[in-house]
Amino acid sequence: MDLEFGQQYEDFRQEVKHFVENNKPKKPAQGSLGTLETRSALVDWLSLQIEHGYWARTIPKEYGGFGAEPDLLQTVIMDEEFNKAGIPRGMSAQGPSMLVPTLLEHGSEEQRKAYIGKTMRGEIMWCQGYSEPGSGSDLASLQTAGTDDGDDILINGQKIWTSSADKSEMIFILVRTEPDAKKHAGISYILAPMDTPGIEVQPLRTMSGNLGENSFNQVFFTDARVPKTNIVGKRGEGWKIANTTLKHERNSLNSNGEGSMVRLMKLMTREKVNGVTAMDSPILRDRLMALQGRVLAMKHHSMRMLTCSLKDESPGVAGLIAKLQNCQLNFDMSALAIDVMGELGGLYDHTKYERDRGYWQTHSFLSLGLIIGGGTAQIQKNIISERGLGMPREPKPAKA
Amino acid sequence: MDFGLSEDQQMLEETVRSFLRDQVPITRVRDIRDACDKDRENGCPNDRAIWSQLAELGVTGILVPESQGGSALAPLDAAIVAQSLGYAATPTPFVTSGVMVPVALTHLGGSEAEGWLSGIAGGEITFGVAVTEAFSVREEAGVNLAGGQISGKAMMAMDTLNADFILVMLGAGKLAVIRADAAGLTKNRLITTDVTRCTAELILDGVATEIVYDDAADPIKRMFEVGRIVLAADTFGACESMIEQSVRYAQERKQFDRAIGSFQAVKHMCAEMIADLEPARSLIWYAAHSCVAMPEETPLMACHALAHISEIGREIASVSTQVHGGIGWTDEQNLHFWFKRIGAARHMLGGPEYLRRCAAELQGLAAAS
Repeated sequence: MDLEFGQQYEDFRQEVKHFVENNKPKKPAQGSLGTLETRSALVDWLSLQIEHGYWARTIPKEYGGFGAEPDLLQTVIMDEEFNKAGIPRGMSAQGPSMLVPTLLEHGSEEQRKAYIGKTMRGEIMWCQGYSEPGSGSDLASLQTAGTDDGDDILINGQKIWTSSADKSEMIFILVRTEPDAKKHAGISYILAPMDTPGIEVQPLRTMSGNLGENSFNQVFFTDARVPKTNIVGKRGEGWKIANTTLKHERNSLNSNGEGSMVRLMKLMTREKVNGVTAMDSPILRDRLMALQGRVLAMKHHSMRMLTCSLKDESPGVAGLIAKLQNCQLNFDMSALAIDVMGELGGLYDHTKYERDRGYWQTHSFLSLGLIIGGGTAQIQKNIISERGLGMPREPKPAKA
Repeated sequence: MDFGLSEDQQMLEETVRSFLRDQVPITRVRDIRDACDKDRENGCPNDRAIWSQLAELGVTGILVPESQGGSALAPLDAAIVAQSLGYAATPTPFVTSGVMVPVALTHLGGSEAEGWLSGIAGGEITFGVAVTEAFSVREEAGVNLAGGQISGKAMMAMDTLNADFILVMLGAGKLAVIRADAAGLTKNRLITTDVTRCTAELILDGVATEIVYDDAADPIKRMFEVGRIVLAADTFGACESMIEQSVRYAQERKQFDRAIGSFQAVKHMCAEMIADLEPARSLIWYAAHSCVAMPEETPLMACHALAHISEIGREIASVSTQVHGGIGWTDEQNLHFWFKRIGAARHMLGGPEYLRRCAAELQGLAAAS
């Protein structure tokens, strides 16, 4: 056991700190996605980070990255220092976190050159077209059709749960191009511009109401024509390719709640009922401490998983549990916060007396959404028990 | 950066586990239980033969300084041993004689302490510990020192019945050592649900002390911190075993013409248990490591490690039994040895509510009680 990073990394940490302190004022205001023009502040900010190697760090230079060798500890240090300063490192969006790693692994040279740099700089925003109304947990049953039409594919069908589709320039989408092949072998992974004629976005209002940046949508395809050069990898290999992307998503849906714990402690120190702060309520304080224990366990768990990655060792079943645990932990923290506010816990949408600008209500809705999204808790439990513990799969029902 | 066990630690773990697998299988634990059942007055599951064998492996002296014949390893090494002992549900006074007493005596120093430490490392002596009143006073228990003699009552004393010496906590940061066969000392066995541990009340009537340590506040604090971390590791190991037994049983047992582990209702129980347990391993290891590397963090981490595993442990003990269905509830299936060991540990060195109160106090979130 050795939790020191070593001198070379401490030097790197100082560099990052220095950058963060000097450039903090350049951080663009939140909610500046809009169109590409109104997004220019974000693009400038991301470009500056790439120039210094704090974003797109390991992406090759020819694709618009910084071109450094992968080094997990450097990534951890960058995340820690940016988090401490309360400014985002890069951009948390589906393009950088899911599409770019997929293109690096499976994309053609043209696709990498065309999209990776622009995506990392925020010039192209992406949304993900996977789930359909009839294909949720059983994603491979998806029915959106891609028919062969000369040099093009004609897409018809419907996607759902599409975050930020209304603000995106592009979509990466799973389409059934080989209807006669077996379920998993008939799918292709296709890139499409959102302004393609025949693509229509309809907002899908969620339980959190209007979330601005975090909008949710349905996307309809009617004879949307996309060139075959926009297929990533080979036709019919989309399922395999998407699984790489899903792996990236599971890694990105993973906040262990340290930040929320700090916020929750502040709230409880401040919030008074009948003249007594919540922290002085033995019951609420006990719940807080129980949650702190869970947060600490997940924090140290992530250090153990990091060590496995550094040593290239398989963590076994321990590597499959973070999404399940962290999403529930985040929901439970927001539940305590709302209980601390008591009868004011339902105030929302910047109404009078609302606490923490509605953070906890939004956090509650979003963390519940994340318990379901990216593979439901129940699907996670199947993965943990079957792949992690080696338990038998559910037998397939006999065909009628 | 390496959050994990060293090669030496992995070897230590394998050595202890393979010894317990061969020499102390659950059938031997059952024989020990049966023998204790026959002796209501003095039955004690702490088989001294196991203690001697653990001494040969170097386990009893794991925290004893080298000058006293120990190996002077770290709390993390002790936690790894405790994990293995919990995994095998082994009856042995490791948490007391192997951890709490060596931690206290090493800090206290002096020739008497050195003598006892070398006896522990050699496996010749064991210590019981009477410290419950430090965190929980019931039945008007409590001891006091007058004229060099101790009188009073100590409840739920650990591992005293076949021990050679007893470490007794006096009020106000003081410790004393008494002989376990001293005149004026009555040890009343208290029969507990957990048949793998030894519990008694001590009635003291003018018991002579071997030594009194007047200025022991820091050693006491340290003894509780390391003791709690190691006890957490014991419960962790017990949980590990219960989950493994459940997964194995669910793969073998068939109902409705299927292995019951293929039903989501059953496999999800197993997934939830392992998803709760794995992060606790990291918390316990971190807490143990902090004793050496980040001592300022240890008090808080020790509270959280034990409180957290106690909560998870109770759930795992219950759910594992449920995975087994009716057979899990029988004596024959053996699961109850772990179930009860986990249940008893929950309150041995302070229950979760008490420990969380301590955690809040340590962070200035609650007034010191």
